[in-house]
Amino acid sequence: MEKKIRVLVAKPGLDGHDRGAKIVARALRDSGMEVIYTGLHQTAEQIVEAAIQEDVDVIGLSLLSGAHMTLFPKVLNLLKENNAEDIKVMGGGIIPEEDAEKLREMGISKIFGPGTPTEKIVQYIQNSVE
Amino acid sequence: MKQLKAIIMEIVSKILSGDRRAVARLMSLVEDNQPNYTSALAELYPHTGEAHIIGITGPPGSGKSTLVDKLTLEFRKRGKTVGIIAVDPTSPFTGGALLGDRVRMSDIALDKGVFIRSMGTRGHLGGLSTKTNDLIKILDAFGKDIILVETVGTGQSEVEIVKTAHTTLIVEVPGLGDDIQTIKAGIFEIGDIFVVNKSDREGADNTFRELETMLDMNKSEGWKIPIVKTVATSGKGIIPLVDIIESHLQYMHETGKFQELKKQKIKDEFMGIVTDNINSYIRNRSSEDDIDALVEKIINYELDPYTAAERIMNSLKNTSN
Ligand SMILES: Nc1nc2c(ncn2[C@@H]2O[C@H](COP(=O)(O)OP(=O)(O)OP(=O)(O)O)[C@@H](O)[C@H]2O)c(=O)[nH]1
Ligand SMILES: [Mg+2]
Repeated sequence: MEKKIRVLVAKPGLDGHDRGAKIVARALRDSGMEVIYTGLHQTAEQIVEAAIQEDVDVIGLSLLSGAHMTLFPKVLNLLKENNAEDIKVMGGGIIPEEDAEKLREMGISKIFGPGTPTEKIVQYIQNSVE
Repeated sequence: MKQLKAIIMEIVSKILSGDRRAVARLMSLVEDNQPNYTSALAELYPHTGEAHIIGITGPPGSGKSTLVDKLTLEFRKRGKTVGIIAVDPTSPFTGGALLGDRVRMSDIALDKGVFIRSMGTRGHLGGLSTKTNDLIKILDAFGKDIILVETVGTGQSEVEIVKTAHTTLIVEVPGLGDDIQTIKAGIFEIGDIFVVNKSDREGADNTFRELETMLDMNKSEGWKIPIVKTVATSGKGIIPLVDIIESHLQYMHETGKFQELKKQKIKDEFMGIVTDNINSYIRNRSSEDDIDALVEKIINYELDPYTAAERIMNSLKNTSN
């Protein structure tokens, strides 16, 4: 009746700040979504466990560290192990196109390059959760 | 129809057999007001009533989530499983919410004996406390021994939520301007235990003494409201705090107050459900157009709101049999 989109936003890995993740989190909130923000230094296990408990539609990961080729597959595998493959996984950050291609093949829904306007991310999520 | 019933029954049996996904899913059905979620709650009802429900409220940033994290660690050491509901405000303008309490709960994020759920206040018809209560019951039926409910102590609806707890903690911190004034009227009365968190900071003793004076003035029979100093970030004071929380529960049982509160809660809840049902019945029966037509007449003074309401009630009576 009043289905609200819920999105988990996390910043995995050990590197630096979460400015980008926070900007996206706020934009999603301002578009009417419920954003569960879990903060810095999240492991794949923590991300998937939180996504399950919070029953989110989408996991959005912000990555700068270059660990994307290990972290994303790990998240996807853990989701599978928990029968939660229906949760969509998206990522943002500096990811080379050939890696992005591989990640999409593995089942990552979307990779947003740096500087993607937040409206685009909002729109993409709205369309893909319908 | 039958299919939906089957889905609901499957969710219920999964919850009772310990499936976290089913718990999370039912919580969403409740929050989203999806049809028939109440039949799942009805099935779960016989499995509820065992949990100790603890409300934690206080000003923004006072350290509630950090306290929840540390309290949970201590309850886990004492062999208890823990469910957590962390409520944050929904923007009334966009309907969105940023739910950030998990950031402070990373110590317990992977513990299988813990279940954390973040909740936006949304604009729930029939009150936020009804929804919170429903989520509490799901965690209760799921077998959690302790249920911690975190809310920001600013709005009336948040106060309503903690009223449903068996034990309510009010969190204060030193140096919030003219300290105790930050405690809203109405919040003071619902506190069973006061916590002076961030007592590593200057002014903690002042805050403690001010609280002491205020509580002395509010002296009442029975439970003597304790004040506990904590440093949530380091865990200092957590063990005595949990001891006091447990002794409050014992006090509630020994004095019969637990049973009294239970009866009152069930009555409120039951009447709330009846009211909700009547509300949605009216909304289903009378179209938005019908209502707008009446509103139009009221605006133009062709009709007054009292007579209009009576008309709606009469039309219900005529169609209900
Ligand atoms: N110095 C000090 N800082 C603390 C203590 N407890 C919490 N903090 C810090 O206070 C800040 C807010 O803590 P939270 O636990 O998020 O507070 P909260 O009351 O849950 O905040 P909201 O949910 O936003 O209202 C964080 O930076 C904590 O690390 C404490 O005992 N001492
Ligand atoms: Mg908090």
